[in-house]
Amino acid sequence: MELLNPGVGLLVWTLLAFLVVFFLLKSFAWKPILASLKERETGIADAIASADKVKAEMAALKNENEAMMAKAREERAVMIKEAKETADKMVSDAKDKAKSEYDRIVAEAQSAIMQQKNAALTDVKNQVGALVIEVAEKVLSRELSNKGDQENYIKQLAEGVKLN
Amino acid sequence: MGMASKSIKTLLVAVFSIFLLLFSANSFASDAPAGGAEKHEASSFDPAKLIMEHIMDAHEFHFATIGEKHISIPLPVILYSPERGLTMFNYSKFNHGHDVYEGYKSEEGHIVAVNAAGEHDTTVTVYDMSLTRNVVQMFIALILLCVLMIGVANKYKRNGAKVAPSGFQNAVEPVITFVRDEVGKPNLGHAYEKFMPYLLTVFFFILINNLMGLIPGSANVTGNIAFTIVLGVISFFVILFSTNRHFWAHIFNPPVPGFVKPILVPVEFLGIFTKPFALIVRLFANMVAGHIVITCFVMLIFIFGAMSKVAGWGFAPVSMAFTIFIYFIEILVAFIQAFIFTNLTAVFIGQSMEGAHHDEAHH
Repeated sequence: MELLNPGVGLLVWTLLAFLVVFFLLKSFAWKPILASLKERETGIADAIASADKVKAEMAALKNENEAMMAKAREERAVMIKEAKETADKMVSDAKDKAKSEYDRIVAEAQSAIMQQKNAALTDVKNQVGALVIEVAEKVLSRELSNKGDQENYIKQLAEGVKLN
Repeated sequence: MGMASKSIKTLLVAVFSIFLLLFSANSFASDAPAGGAEKHEASSFDPAKLIMEHIMDAHEFHFATIGEKHISIPLPVILYSPERGLTMFNYSKFNHGHDVYEGYKSEEGHIVAVNAAGEHDTTVTVYDMSLTRNVVQMFIALILLCVLMIGVANKYKRNGAKVAPSGFQNAVEPVITFVRDEVGKPNLGHAYEKFMPYLLTVFFFILINNLMGLIPGSANVTGNIAFTIVLGVISFFVILFSTNRHFWAHIFNPPVPGFVKPILVPVEFLGIFTKPFALIVRLFANMVAGHIVITCFVMLIFIFGAMSKVAGWGFAPVSMAFTIFIYFIEILVAFIQAFIFTNLTAVFIGQSMEGAHHDEAHH
């Protein structure tokens, strides 16, 4: 059939044309076009990758900041707590110390008073004894004529006793 | 607005094609008496012959014949004969097949050598290397392709890669990326870059010739078996040169039981040739069929017209509607066939180096 009978001229010209077009387009069209497309695509891919990287870095930075803030807050709380504790302790220590000092002073004062009292009592006892002896001595050494005189005299003696 | 102008254009194309066919039908009417012996008695209108004339190659672009006047562009004839050497002249020298020139004459569009008596001399071998209408149209299409593509490439060079594409560059870029991402990469893996210039050239080579062939009055380049044979044979060699050890091992020692081998080895071996053969026939048959269908629908008007004038006029709108419909399908087919040829070539190349693929994948 005529339709399926290839013409030798068309065969040769087509082959020639294809080869010429192939080499022309290969070096002057496809190479620059494909290179540009590739360059653009890698550029876009790189841009996206770096944007992602920056985003990740930002996120990391933010997390870090938050962690630092949290830590700082915690530290502040701890510091405040510690300061309060120290202050409380100082106050209570001071109170305790004051109280113990007061107790000590009171105790010392009491013991001093007691001592003084005992010494005074001892002194009184001694003086009373001596006085009694002195009065008795004087009573004995002086004869009393009347009862009135006697009483006056005792009164006079008693007045002479200094109870200090 | 865009849609309206587009449909008007399509209509113009259709009307234009009708007129051309009308005139060529007339030409037959006027040519028949000159043919003498081949004269039909009742009607000289022969649709089959017209259709064949439309889809076959010729030595001139014949647009119309009005009365005795032929409106055509005769093309250069280049003949080589081992006996007579190289001869070059214009086809118009044959005076539409009536005259003998430099010992050659045109018999139904075929140029044959004649002897002194003016009869066909079968002892002289003639190789017709003429720039026929298919050749000329293909050259025009390819010059257009080169100008367009190199223009686009220069735009890329001028603007650099960072600038967004504009104009025609914007129309070409998705097609190129489509061929690269949907044809090259899936079938050829990371070896795709080496084959991209070939695949792109094949795709656009077929596409632009398909589209040029749709212009009314133009030649049917991609529907010519010689054109598809060249592309198929080139594909065959590209496939063959990209084969590896694994491919041949699979053909001559397929992994099947021994008794199946005598059957499978010839089948596998034939497969090497049937693949490009299928490419050749597929493109040829698809394009030729489209052209035949369109011309058939237009012919129907004149077939009905031959029965009665009213039937002819009455059928014209129906025929036009079908022709316009098929025309749109043909535009689609122009792209689809270019894609299929390229894609299958890529698939076959991919198959021929599949083993290497696996090897590289395992490393």
